[in-house]
Amino acid sequence: MKSLAELQAIKNRMKDKVVLRDGMEGTRVVVGMATCGIAAGARPVLNAFVEGVNKEGLDDKVSVTQTGCIGICQYEPVVEVFEAGKEKTTYVKMNPEKAQEVIEKHLKGGQVIGDYTIGAVTA
Amino acid sequence: MKELSLNILDVAENSVKAGATLTQILLDEEDGILTLQIVDDGCGMSEDVVHSVVDPFYTTRTTRKVGMGIPLLKLACEQTGGELSIESVTAEANPVEHGTHVTATFNMNHIDFTPLGDVCASVLTLIQGHPDTDFLFEHKKSGGVVELDTRKLREVLEDVPLNSYDVMEWIRVYLQEQYEALS
Repeated sequence: MKSLAELQAIKNRMKDKVVLRDGMEGTRVVVGMATCGIAAGARPVLNAFVEGVNKEGLDDKVSVTQTGCIGICQYEPVVEVFEAGKEKTTYVKMNPEKAQEVIEKHLKGGQVIGDYTIGAVTA
Repeated sequence: MKELSLNILDVAENSVKAGATLTQILLDEEDGILTLQIVDDGCGMSEDVVHSVVDPFYTTRTTRKVGMGIPLLKLACEQTGGELSIESVTAEANPVEHGTHVTATFNMNHIDFTPLGDVCASVLTLIQGHPDTDFLFEHKKSGGVVELDTRKLREVLEDVPLNSYDVMEWIRVYLQEQYEALS
């Protein structure tokens, strides 16, 4: 069974990491988590990003956060990627599989997946 | 919503947005009735607002403060023969004890009962998005209780954020083990 002692060990291990995080100025992945997003399946998408970013060891460069309604409810789940010095990327109609691809190609490889962006849907 | 746990996530988000320092998510299953309570110590709502969140289509909507979250929860419980009630005290009315208390009951044996789904995932999502506010989760079932109080975890973690990946994993397994012990 999980114990608080184990949590204490995690805390001791994490202490140094927290200091690192404070100074980070990396990429932000923002998932829309209002009623519209949640109903459309945003929870597993967020989960995929949180897990994937960690598994790929990107957690010191990429933060995954939540936001409310972005205003394009018909395209939910919507995920925005903010990178320093670059234009914002808006991915629409996301699912966990697409999230995995975004992690691989965009967050790791630096290539925006045009087919999943809002431009591809509205064009 | 495909799962009740998604309604729970959605409505609990309102509590966080209302500035709650503690949001309680309480589930109680007894004799085929599921009672869900979401209790917060946020800014509260006036009587008018309480009325409009329950039935948004009857209001002249001047703000975007009110959405589909509560009506969807109301639908989910009423379609099983249950009911939804909201009690709220604004911070202006009572600066010490204010907040909102949403109660929804569900007849779990009704054909239109939406499965609870992955409630642990919803709790984890809330913590991931709001690591600086506290959550108390309690799920009473016939075999016992599943419980999580982030205030207790925070005492151990001190300044390590609750949404650190390793901490979230610990919470996930901690909840999972409690559920397994019940079944």
